[in-house]
Amino acid sequence: MTGARLWLAAAAAMAAVLAVPVIAQAPPPAGAPTMIGPPAPLERGPAVPQPRSDTDPPLAEQIVTGLSQDEVDITASFTGSDILIYGAIRRNEPVEDGTSPGIIVTLEGPSQSVTVRRMGRVGPIWMNTARLRVGAAPDFYAVASSAPLDQLLDPDEDVRHRISPTLAIRALSGTVDVEDATAFTEAMLRIRTESGRYRVDEGSVQIVDETLFRADVVLPSNLIEGDYRARIFLLRGGKVVDRNTVPIRVEKVGIERWLYRLSINHSFWYGLMSLGIAIGAGALASAVFRMLRRG
Amino acid sequence: MQIYLPIAEVSVNALTLIGLGGIVGLMSGLFGVGGGFLITPLLFFIGIPPAIAVATGANQVVASSVTGVLAHLRRKSVDIRMGVVLLVGGVVGSTLGVGAFNLLQRVGQVDLVVQLSYVVFLGFIGLTMLRESLSALMASRSATPPRRRLHEHSWVHRLPWKMKFRTSGLYISVLPPLLVGVAVGVLAAIMGVGGGFIMVPAMIYLLGMPTKVVIGTSLFQIAAVSGYTTLMHAVSSNTVDIMLAVLLIMGGVVGAQLGTQLGARLKGEQLRILLALLVLAVCARIAFDLVVPPSDIYSIAAK
Repeated sequence: MTGARLWLAAAAAMAAVLAVPVIAQAPPPAGAPTMIGPPAPLERGPAVPQPRSDTDPPLAEQIVTGLSQDEVDITASFTGSDILIYGAIRRNEPVEDGTSPGIIVTLEGPSQSVTVRRMGRVGPIWMNTARLRVGAAPDFYAVASSAPLDQLLDPDEDVRHRISPTLAIRALSGTVDVEDATAFTEAMLRIRTESGRYRVDEGSVQIVDETLFRADVVLPSNLIEGDYRARIFLLRGGKVVDRNTVPIRVEKVGIERWLYRLSINHSFWYGLMSLGIAIGAGALASAVFRMLRRG
Repeated sequence: MQIYLPIAEVSVNALTLIGLGGIVGLMSGLFGVGGGFLITPLLFFIGIPPAIAVATGANQVVASSVTGVLAHLRRKSVDIRMGVVLLVGGVVGSTLGVGAFNLLQRVGQVDLVVQLSYVVFLGFIGLTMLRESLSALMASRSATPPRRRLHEHSWVHRLPWKMKFRTSGLYISVLPPLLVGVAVGVLAAIMGVGGGFIMVPAMIYLLGMPTKVVIGTSLFQIAAVSGYTTLMHAVSSNTVDIMLAVLLIMGGVVGAQLGTQLGARLKGEQLRILLALLVLAVCARIAFDLVVPPSDIYSIAAK
């Protein structure tokens, strides 16, 4: 099935959800059985608006979002994955201020501390001469938007919600012990962008009739395990009008999971097993070649 | 055919890995080196994180050196007694080296120290071997080969605690082999290699062992030291990727067998010249990387 047809089916279901004020599960349209799961708990799962407290003023516009999958399984043949983030903009009254809505979708992986090193010339040799430790930076960070970010987003809103990659990292920085820290964080952004771990796809979110939207986010093959998070922002006139957060669990499965757990929890036996395989393979090859030479 | 490695957390081509294993295995069988000094940089190159490349490389070296040592055992070209003495030194040295490695890692200069040791050791050893083996080849080609003594007597033979090494035809003190073992163990842990490329020349020139015995004995010692290293890495840092190791091993054991057979057809001098050239090539490559301005002066490491 093509992604486009999936999306249309899901959008149709979404429209059905919108028509009914109570969150109800539309019956999955034929041909799209995996798209929308059973009704999920509030903090997780597709097609659930962000819970809002009663004291908040009612919003003129809200978003309802869903994911093609809220779990990514890493198998031995894993070569990356696509996640489709889709949804609809719900209006209680028409918005007549001459602006059109924008959508920004971010997807971020688990954070790790990162050391950035810089080389310098010492005599004839190039060696590491300075370093900066970034307390925590996401291993993966993708931003998709319906238009260029600087058109959609006021800088102060960007800072508040930490949307662009620079802010997603700086917001999490640890202590700084070099003078030109910016050069280091910029280098880190550049290196991770070159390796596909950080990505900004401006204009890749499609909006239809100012109501339905979809974003395709490509997950690379060098994905690490952990809790990922998709954030969807609805913008109008540079301001965030509504936002939604959906967790995505990325997990190793099958033999990958078994080996990974074994290497952590029973490292001695894992080490012995590795050795055993190496010695066994060495002895086996030796025996086979002896037979070949005789035969 | 792409495959996702559970510990390295990257997806790589399985056939590439089998091919890499095969090349390194061939070196292993041919020269009696474990091939660690080749496999570790090659794994970096295809995107395996350095810590995992070092640990898993050690595991692959176990397989190819075991298969090599079995082939040599059948040809009775392994001096087991010498191997055990070297091994005792090797375990001591390896433990010292792991401590030094951890210290350097905290300072952030591991790469530099590793590269500098490669350049110094490989350069020195490669040149010495090349000079010696070339002149030996010349001598054997001349019509009336000059009478040669079995081996030269030097300071090595005046040390106490002498021991008979029958397979090598030596009666020498255990101190030099022990020290060679320690030195190789330290380097093995720091450089992530089995140390064969240092041990083979040390056995030939320092201990005076015959080339044919040297290769089998070196493989014996390498198998044991890299086995110990693999286990240490698996327990202390969980960096052995078994899936990666299996793929490398599949190519490696076949390559090692082919290498051993090829080696049996070559003369000792020819083998030494080839190894010397290989060592010098790797040395030149690393020295080049050290002095040429890097394409990116920044690097990142996640932990």
